[in-house]
Amino acid sequence: MSPETSLELVCPAGNLPALKIAVDNGADCVYMGFKDNTNARAFPGLNFDQASAREGVRYAHARGAKVLLALNTFPQSDKWERWQAAVDNAVELGIDAVILADPGLMRYAAKNYPNLRLHLSVQGSATNYEAINFYHEHFGIQRAVIPRVLSLAQVEQVVKNTPVEIELFGFGGLCVMVEGRCALSSYATGESPNTCGVCSPAKSVRWEQTPKGLESRLNGILLDRYGKEENAGYPTLCKGRFEVNNETYYAIEEPTSLNTLEMLPEMMEMGIAAIKIEGRQRSPAYVEQVTKVWRSAIDAAKRAPQSYAVNPAWMAQLNKVAEGQQNTLGAYHRPWK
Amino acid sequence: MKLALGPILYYWERDTTFKFYDEIAASPVDIVYIGETVCSRRHTLRAEDWFEVAEKLGQAGKEVVLATQALIESESDLKALRRISGNGKFMVEANDMGAVHLLSAAKIPFVAGPHINTYNPQTLELLAELGARRWVMPVEMSRAALSHMQAARPAGVETEVFAYGRLPLAFSARCFTARHHNLPKDDCQFRCMDYPNGLTLKTREGQPFLALNGIQTQSASVYNLIGELDAMRETGVEVARVSPQAFFTTRILKLFREVMDNCLPAQTAMQQMAKLMPDQACDGYWHSRPGIEQNYRASAEDVA
Repeated sequence: MSPETSLELVCPAGNLPALKIAVDNGADCVYMGFKDNTNARAFPGLNFDQASAREGVRYAHARGAKVLLALNTFPQSDKWERWQAAVDNAVELGIDAVILADPGLMRYAAKNYPNLRLHLSVQGSATNYEAINFYHEHFGIQRAVIPRVLSLAQVEQVVKNTPVEIELFGFGGLCVMVEGRCALSSYATGESPNTCGVCSPAKSVRWEQTPKGLESRLNGILLDRYGKEENAGYPTLCKGRFEVNNETYYAIEEPTSLNTLEMLPEMMEMGIAAIKIEGRQRSPAYVEQVTKVWRSAIDAAKRAPQSYAVNPAWMAQLNKVAEGQQNTLGAYHRPWK
Repeated sequence: MKLALGPILYYWERDTTFKFYDEIAASPVDIVYIGETVCSRRHTLRAEDWFEVAEKLGQAGKEVVLATQALIESESDLKALRRISGNGKFMVEANDMGAVHLLSAAKIPFVAGPHINTYNPQTLELLAELGARRWVMPVEMSRAALSHMQAARPAGVETEVFAYGRLPLAFSARCFTARHHNLPKDDCQFRCMDYPNGLTLKTREGQPFLALNGIQTQSASVYNLIGELDAMRETGVEVARVSPQAFFTTRILKLFREVMDNCLPAQTAMQQMAKLMPDQACDGYWHSRPGIEQNYRASAEDVA
């Protein structure tokens, strides 16, 4: 099978309706998490309990789609059993692959379930082939999701030097920091992606209308202040406006979405195995729109990679649901750095 | 308990760096981690220079550890990594699983650095089997979580805690110092050299919050666990790490040494340090709180 025909579309499923909509609109795989901090989107009201997970797997498998389970936080020292039980549960549910970040948990999974397919999560921070090959040699991982920090040329170098399939983020919220290597959220709130599966958690957010404008605070720390004409987005810590040398600006990152539609033929050409859509925390309407567009784009690129062009209608549809109503190619495009 | 000096996280002039290590050679520190861990573009010291620094420190009786870069992206990054891991003489601190891969494959013992995500005993056990002789606790780990780690710690592995300095909190593909100067990363003009303690980022109401250090983001506040050295000892920690700053590093080391050796009360040291730190202190992580908080009080008046 040539890489051009094997590219998979991996879509977010924050709950059962989102999972069904993703499958109905052409996702090859959906990824989900359990209702606890074993995954990096441990948000209130999100994720799957036993019954909905079982129904999700049944629904997807009946339609030829795969279900991946994110167990991609780092087991905390005194609560190891929770993560271990989640791996056991994944096997019992008939999950197609688990997405792991912690080496200890990976060893547990590989040892106890040699037939369970293992993916290295983006939270595993593997940015080079030596790191990826470590997980392959020791635990037989079959796929790695690459942090959103490499340029496309660097990604190609990784693909050429590992037997592991490579999955790239194609669309959605953009982590400007290397995933798995960011403790900004716990510095401000005590909870981080690594330890609690959250970033800038909603329970620490306060909105306040003041004479100076609408203010967003994270555990009391002022992240931004908005004028009347400005759109206020979710106050993710790294996307606030701060003062550096008396200049106020988005010192770390603007609130933008990653969108790599235009790079699709290049990604296929270099043998990328899968494109991941970010956004388990987003609505089923988002999942529907994004899955539809990416399905069309991937099919078009597979049919005729040479004449592939981004359809303006696709962009218009994606822009409607994008964070911050702005797009970027992120690190794949070197000048962004 | 041993005292360690972490790698210089900032970009300093070549002469400044050599002079700094001359002073360190004469300071009361047991272990010195050296090398560039943040950005591959920084080059005032080349590999040969670092080896020379290592030799000098070794001759002064220090245990020298060569630290590897945390974010390894390119083939040239890997080349630099291979050179360090295969140096054949000095211990290496692995700060990426790629480094762990190279070192374990060659059966070379190593230190699992603060940027390896060691959050549970199972991962620590794995690292020990692969050759880790020491591990550095992730900065966001609390004393309570560390206690669980220590209870299950494999034999032959030392525990080190990042005990002083602006906290290395995050790494990115993007250089925030270059961004501040509207420069692309590939043509950054090495502006991070202008900020030998990092570039402070404040909130819009003037609260110092973070420090930009190239592709690394640090806390603006200085993590300071000098008041927790007894607690560390009780938890079985063997090594406390001080992270270099542009000024007063040897004085900080001296204060840590004195408190460790019970020659000076921690409260007195903390009071003396107020003037030596680039910003105010924080210690929240150690106390299972947001990292930015400060719990330890240097004097009774502070509590009131």
